[in-house]
Amino acid sequence: MVAGQHEAVSHAPPAEIGEMELPHAGSWVTKYIWSQDAKVIAIQYGLTATAIGLVALVLSILIRLQLGFPGTFSLIDPAGYLQHVTMHGMIMVVYLLTAIFLGGFGNYLIPLMCGARDMAFPWLNMLSFWIYLLAVLVLVASFFVPGGSTGGGWTLYPPQVISEGTPGSGMGIVLMLVSLAFFIIGFTMGGLNYVVTVLQYRARGMTLMRLPLTIWGIFMATIMALLAFPALLVAAIMLLFDHLLGTSFFMPAMIVISEQKGQAGGSPLLFQHLFWFFGHPEVYIVALPAFGIVSDLISVHARRPIFGYRMMVWALVAIGGLSFIVWAHHMYVSGMNPNFGFFFATTTLIIAVPTAIKVYNWILTLWRGNIRLTLPMLFALGFLLTFLNGGLSGLFLGNVTVDVPLADTYFVVGHFHMVMAVAPILVVFGAIYHWYPKITGRMLNNAMGHIHFWVTLIGTYVIYYPMHFIGMEGVPRRYYAYGESAFVDDSVMTLNAVISVAAIIVALAQLVFLFNLAWSYFRGKDAGSNPWGATTLEWQTPETPPGHGNWGKELPVVYRWAYDYAVPGAKDDFVPQNVPADAVELAERDPDGSQR
Amino acid sequence: MTITLIVIVSVLAVFLGWLLRQSINVRPWVPAGASVPPVVDRLPAMFTTPRVGLIVFLAAISSLFALTISAYHGRMQMAGDWVSVPVPVLLWINSAVLVLASIAFHISWRAAAGGEQKRLKSGLVAAGIFSIGFVLGQAMVWRTLNAEGFYLGSNPANSFFYFITALHVLHLVGGLVAWATAMMKTLRGKDAGKVGQTVELCAIYWHYLLFIWLVLFGLLLST
Repeated sequence: MVAGQHEAVSHAPPAEIGEMELPHAGSWVTKYIWSQDAKVIAIQYGLTATAIGLVALVLSILIRLQLGFPGTFSLIDPAGYLQHVTMHGMIMVVYLLTAIFLGGFGNYLIPLMCGARDMAFPWLNMLSFWIYLLAVLVLVASFFVPGGSTGGGWTLYPPQVISEGTPGSGMGIVLMLVSLAFFIIGFTMGGLNYVVTVLQYRARGMTLMRLPLTIWGIFMATIMALLAFPALLVAAIMLLFDHLLGTSFFMPAMIVISEQKGQAGGSPLLFQHLFWFFGHPEVYIVALPAFGIVSDLISVHARRPIFGYRMMVWALVAIGGLSFIVWAHHMYVSGMNPNFGFFFATTTLIIAVPTAIKVYNWILTLWRGNIRLTLPMLFALGFLLTFLNGGLSGLFLGNVTVDVPLADTYFVVGHFHMVMAVAPILVVFGAIYHWYPKITGRMLNNAMGHIHFWVTLIGTYVIYYPMHFIGMEGVPRRYYAYGESAFVDDSVMTLNAVISVAAIIVALAQLVFLFNLAWSYFRGKDAGSNPWGATTLEWQTPETPPGHGNWGKELPVVYRWAYDYAVPGAKDDFVPQNVPADAVELAERDPDGSQR
Repeated sequence: MTITLIVIVSVLAVFLGWLLRQSINVRPWVPAGASVPPVVDRLPAMFTTPRVGLIVFLAAISSLFALTISAYHGRMQMAGDWVSVPVPVLLWINSAVLVLASIAFHISWRAAAGGEQKRLKSGLVAAGIFSIGFVLGQAMVWRTLNAEGFYLGSNPANSFFYFITALHVLHLVGGLVAWATAMMKTLRGKDAGKVGQTVELCAIYWHYLLFIWLVLFGLLLST
């Protein structure tokens, strides 16, 4: 595909959109450190999230070493194991995935794809990153305080998490809660930017229904996050009160070493309601941007308009709305009123409808497409497969009667890693392979990319597929070791060893990816401005990587949706969004009238 | 969680209604020609960018307070240990002071819009005094309650009383930062028009916090 064949015509009426006042960077420090440019902030978010994600990756290897080869590694003791499990979960879900999708891709893509110069409130946007970094640093500090980080599980359930005897029940949990509060405050600042920029700074002609689905995904996820994160904030502050000031929001009467504690009457169930009121939407806060991005990856690399665009938008909105009324399906075994179970099982299964619409539409977009098995496409296909697998096991767990015996077993671990760990991270990788050429001006190395993809995809199936079977055997999760447990079959131990070896191999493959990122930055092939032949605005910038203010002198004008691939009669198989209908180059025709 | 759900459903309903209007009868796949002026798809002019930013922020705060109220109700019913806090008379006076702060901000907003420098200055001073008065008043309420033996940890009703009043005051103190910026600018003799935007946002924010306070006060009175 030859880039830049289309010349955008911009003799539209003078701008009705006021020009933004951009803060101009005066020095290297204000350009790259205290930067107010969304693109730099995006990279800062991305790098910080990756760094803390690597910590969580190392923790997962420690977990696997213990599970696969119990008793072999003396550096992992029972308390340490619980701490690793807790921190691995929390970091991956909140500090890596949420931050990289919204702070990373959101910041980079929203202004570019909407045709804006920058975010609506650049200063607030900068502050958002620095508060996020502070949250990460406080979190990291919790590894080093006396007693270590918290080991009460990533769900932070009281009374356990703040009771003596739980690892990290001193400063560890305090720092975790403070860090979460910072994260939420920082996110809110960024989130305001994402929503307001989409609402107020779209280019002329960029109607809502012409927005790429990537932006729709990020936009809906941000709205959900703004409404759901407060639940975690309230829960975190109340838990801090219970821990430090002796209130009884969540703490019931407890007897510790035959001594009655001062607190009484608090409700652990109340915490669970608050936590999951945030926790379930959180799944979709991570998944919706992934849905949006994958829609664009599939469309671009299959050279086909996305099937059912409006349906895709409404499915995103429906999933977002429904995700607020399913939270208690995480609490079937918590002792809540059993009648609730019926309601929440029903709403949970209803979510399968808009989700299935999306999956069918992705498949129909691929159907008879001119599929190019580029790296972004491979990762998108990997996502499709994995999300489907994880989604199907979700149907099991959504039903109360099936969930009760499977609760807290490895079946659950297998399910959620498939659906909200592997699936979204495959999209993160796909998106990086897709947009890296725009961010750096160079292509990522293909051979290393293929090694990364195949090892990761096959490896994750070796890791998580067997967990479903281990779970059906009744093996509980979060156990340091199974000891002489008679019900744990020998085959489980063999499988655990296999899983652990696979996990180490997959982790090593991520090093290939990181090396590729660094190597290609200096040595990668020159990408040109639009290597994939994509229609969306970020590929039409005058410079690659886009300069400060993105668009040079004039803002782009949009004449069409983002999915004009294989337009009948057009010379190229794509027409960028800023090309008017009457400026499309037509294909030459043979004398007999057939198209060449 | 019923109250939270009602708030979230209302927020989402506004969003959905707006989205429906944007997406019904639209054919996104039809391209436009260069001769047709491109559609500028914007919210109505009264929704300026800073106002939209504030509205989105207020939606997030609404969720925060709704969740707190839900937790309040939940905890009240869950164990039989709830002993309501007698609402001190001072709380009525504080509420009146907050109403005055809101009115003063409204007057400042009007004054800034009309370019009346002098009224703006006195309005802002009054708004600041009433707001700080409210914060100090709330602190006095906490001291009085504490002195009377209503300690933070001794009953869930007390815990919630301190928690929700502090959460509200904290939001007001955050707003005072914006007020201080506007005040400084005005004292330095900046044009009313330039300060206008900050003052306008402050006024909306104060009205909103007054509304939240009335809801919380009602909650404390009725339970």
